[in-house]
Amino acid sequence: MHRTGELYGQFQTLEQQKESATLGMWIFLVTEVLFFGGMFLTYTINRHYFFTAFGIGSNTLDITLGTVNTIVLIMSSFTMAMGVWSAQTGKKKLVPLFLILTLSLGCVFLGIKFVEYKQKFEHHLIPGHNFDITYRSSHPAPVDDPEEMALEKQEVDRALASDPDANSHAQLYFSLYFAMTGLHALHMIVGAGLIIWLIKGALGGRFTPHYNTPVEIVGLYWHFVDIVWIYLFPLLYLIDRHR
Amino acid sequence: MNNTSPTPPYEPPRDHYLISAGGHIRSWLLTTDHKRIALLYLISVTVFFFIGGVFATMIRIHLLTPGGVLVTPETYNKLFTMHGVAMIFFFLIPSIPAVLGNFLIPMMIGAKDLAFPKINLLSWYIYLIGGSFVLYSFSTGGLDTGWTFYTPLSSIYSNSAVTPAVLGIFINGFSSILTGLNFIVTIHTMRAPGMTWFRLPLFVWSHYATSLIMILGTPVVAITLLLAGLERMFHLGFFNPAMGGDPILFQHLFWFYSHPAVYIMVLPAMGVVSEIIPTFARKPIFGYTFIAASSIAIAVIGFLVWAHHMFVTGESTYAALAFSFLSYLVAIPSAIKVFNWTATLYKGSISWDAPMLYALGFIGLFTIGGITGLFLACLGLDIHIHDTYFVIAHFHYIMVGGAVMGYVGGLHYWWPKITGRLYSEALSTFAAIVLFLGFNLTFFPQFILGYLGMPRRYSSYPPEFQVLNVLSTAGASILALGYLLPMAYLSWSMRYGKVAGPNPWPATGLEWKTDSPPPTENFHVTPVVDWEPYDYRNRPDLGLAAGAPLAPAHGDD
Amino acid sequence: MQSPLPIYPEQASNFAPHVDALLLFITGICLLFGAIITTAIVYCFFKYHRKEAGAIGIVTYEDSRLEVAWIVVPLILAMVMFAWGATIYVDYRNAPRDTLDIYVVGKQWMWKAQQPNGLKEINELHVPVGRDVRLILASEDVIHDFFVPAFRVKMDVVPGHYNTMWFRPTKPGRYHFFCSQYCGTNHAVMGGWVTVMEPTDYAAWLSGVSSGEANPVAVGEKLFAEKFCVTCHLSNGTGRAPSLNGLYGAQVLLADGSTVTADDAYIRESILQPNAKIVARYQPLMPNYQGQLTEEQIFALTAYIKSLESQPVPVTGSGIAPVSEKK
Repeated sequence: MHRTGELYGQFQTLEQQKESATLGMWIFLVTEVLFFGGMFLTYTINRHYFFTAFGIGSNTLDITLGTVNTIVLIMSSFTMAMGVWSAQTGKKKLVPLFLILTLSLGCVFLGIKFVEYKQKFEHHLIPGHNFDITYRSSHPAPVDDPEEMALEKQEVDRALASDPDANSHAQLYFSLYFAMTGLHALHMIVGAGLIIWLIKGALGGRFTPHYNTPVEIVGLYWHFVDIVWIYLFPLLYLIDRHR
Repeated sequence: MNNTSPTPPYEPPRDHYLISAGGHIRSWLLTTDHKRIALLYLISVTVFFFIGGVFATMIRIHLLTPGGVLVTPETYNKLFTMHGVAMIFFFLIPSIPAVLGNFLIPMMIGAKDLAFPKINLLSWYIYLIGGSFVLYSFSTGGLDTGWTFYTPLSSIYSNSAVTPAVLGIFINGFSSILTGLNFIVTIHTMRAPGMTWFRLPLFVWSHYATSLIMILGTPVVAITLLLAGLERMFHLGFFNPAMGGDPILFQHLFWFYSHPAVYIMVLPAMGVVSEIIPTFARKPIFGYTFIAASSIAIAVIGFLVWAHHMFVTGESTYAALAFSFLSYLVAIPSAIKVFNWTATLYKGSISWDAPMLYALGFIGLFTIGGITGLFLACLGLDIHIHDTYFVIAHFHYIMVGGAVMGYVGGLHYWWPKITGRLYSEALSTFAAIVLFLGFNLTFFPQFILGYLGMPRRYSSYPPEFQVLNVLSTAGASILALGYLLPMAYLSWSMRYGKVAGPNPWPATGLEWKTDSPPPTENFHVTPVVDWEPYDYRNRPDLGLAAGAPLAPAHGDD
Repeated sequence: MQSPLPIYPEQASNFAPHVDALLLFITGICLLFGAIITTAIVYCFFKYHRKEAGAIGIVTYEDSRLEVAWIVVPLILAMVMFAWGATIYVDYRNAPRDTLDIYVVGKQWMWKAQQPNGLKEINELHVPVGRDVRLILASEDVIHDFFVPAFRVKMDVVPGHYNTMWFRPTKPGRYHFFCSQYCGTNHAVMGGWVTVMEPTDYAAWLSGVSSGEANPVAVGEKLFAEKFCVTCHLSNGTGRAPSLNGLYGAQVLLADGSTVTADDAYIRESILQPNAKIVARYQPLMPNYQGQLTEEQIFALTAYIKSLESQPVPVTGSGIAPVSEKK
């Protein structure tokens, strides 16, 4: 099918093309909801059965890093929206700027996630790989706060007393943690790739009030990835936190 | 197929989609023309049909004797598993949507192509990649978990090549999702002027409903199989009771997709039948709105019945009651279709061409299959017939007697449009009858086997079940002939068949208003629609008897 | 009643005649509708066969009343089928009170059954005719299913769960049972025979078998002491744990105020995950026995605890819910 300007040959008008692209992205996002949904369901069921072990697992996550990541992602959704707005209002120079900001914030998020994953590796919290929920509190590192560690050890011991399989159940928690945040990170990486493609087009002045569909639909995708994180954060990081 | 129009002999088009872009392999492998992609799918699904068919042949030969005559139990378990995986994921689910749907939907709505032609091609490549993983699994140790992959057998105990298979099916799921997405957007945004929702052919309605299921259900099985694969690879514990997991959770997640999946397989075939019957009765379909609505109803209610596969797992009695009740509800829209198709035949002008024979064969076999679903939905009966040959007979009546017959019938119906050629009337009539008879002989005895108590997935059985098994195998040999014949004469017709003309039957859809084979852009001029579907009375261009008498309103019929 | 035509198995349980009657009912309705549709199609196929090449069909007007009729009538018939099937199923899922309990364990690729007196069988099940029999099913590995076609019953055997099924054999004889949930290589040969005997023959068979098969109650009592259960669960209620007298089948009052029935599943959970449900007014002190007991040892302990059903319940020191708080 030939392309004349921005209009692909299978469409009659640019309006029809934009309607199709937007509807297509919305439907794709619905499929993503169902895709993540299976894991959210598994998580919910297992958390109901193994609340104590899941609480211990959750408490090992760094809430500061998680909060920073949440703020970073929300800000990136804002800059993304600004990018769409700039395209729609003809502020051509601002479009690549906001896209680059969005990309940078996304990279910050991924960087922090990498740090978190590295921590899990050091603390023997990778499922299937010498997983041991007691490891950190019984082998505190010099940088760890001894009071924190003592408290954690107490909680871990109490969990093991009431649930002898707490290690297995905590491993279940971490399996879901890695599966869910890993899948989310994968989606962010894809999103970053899409934004790089947009930046290229934006630098070439491609997006105007007349034609800005790619920015809009990548924006939709990015907002969705943000929303998934906004569900993941409280579910994974914030349960059983009363210290 | 005799066109009584007094026009001069038809000149086949010089330029059409099969030649315009060139014959070079690159022009096929990099095509974005929905018609070429449909043919690419036609070849691939036929390959998988063949593979699944070879396994089926081996199964039926093996079961000629109680002890099993052909293979060891380990191999037998691999045969039925691989038969199921190849047929369900790589033949039945793509077949009608990816071949006929891809080819026809843009034409039926008056568009030049689907909304996202490149994504359409991507779907095909994803299908091939998924298929390669599965073929790799088949050839390196095979797969012996059953196509249902129940845990913990599949995640822990099986020693076969489960991981590549599960990854392959996962990948293939995205092919389905993207096809469904493409269809939904296309039907919403790319209809020609005047083509309102209620002027759409019922084939389009049924594919719309199918696409809804594809996009909503497939992601769930994707994540389920992914979790099962991860569990197997990294010894995680989602479904392993020794680690706090639950095998029943797997079943819920699995069936949440796999039940609606059967409607993905049968709704398109119903769409085909809804096109064939009006054409070969030369009158509008009876109850258009009800048939369209029933497609949507099947899609919606179909998502609410999954745990009828789990009545004897120890699930709560209340849940079982709810799922049984809903399973009866989902039968009703299918019954509505059967009644409406039958009513369409009344006072029609019925031709006995092969597509009509396949459509009527569908109605007969699908009705039997659907009716036996009523037995299975019945809680008291299901305790006895669950996981027996009764279930196998039931789903083969629907999927083979229904979906495959619909697919083959659809190929026969639109073959002139796709290839510009006609095929032998005599051979196609013969093949349709052979298929119908062979099918019944193969699968009807299995209902009896099931009620007598022969469980499914058995590589050997008590001697008292032998007679019925032998009958079934005999039928299978006839059934095989019913498939091989069309493969032969349809292929032959591509080169030597009579030239078809744009509208040989003739039929009323938009796809018949353009050349056979069609030009790459489908229509030289975008059509503007101002007629109702299946309207034979107001179409002088079809060259049929004009002004045929109307039945009096509400009285005589 | 054995049919002269081999299209259904012998009827050898209380459920069989009902299931067969239901089958006949549904078959009858389906044959009726099938006949109507087939006749209509065949009739139209021949009567309206195109005579002239260019003829078209006669438009028949749509009739919503007809559509409604053929929605409502099948719906009503479907509801009858549903209701009838549901009554059989509800009966099946709720075993009567006084059953003969047999423990059945499925594993790749054999069945082990244990009679009430401890007698063990492999791939065989002996039951008395006319008695309500309940099977308590467990799996040691993957999902299996215990299926007796002549009884018209089956139930999945799921690892990590207990499932139960019940039936009343009505005719002496030997009947196939099969595994009917695919479980791996030898799924097809994982079956055996159910032998239904007259009650006197059954009793004779039970006691007539060789020594070495210890009574599970005695085995359980021995385990109860060996594993130190007896040190806390004093029968007079003065121990750190509640007395188990009269416990089996009673309602237990839990620390969170809810009540639960002390059935086999509860007892098993209490042994393997004692802190899952704490009895009211008691501390979570019980060690768990996960990994220390086989399924058969758990059965034995359960049999012993069941045998304490008729022992006097101490006024204080029991977990049983007081009458006013019983459900």
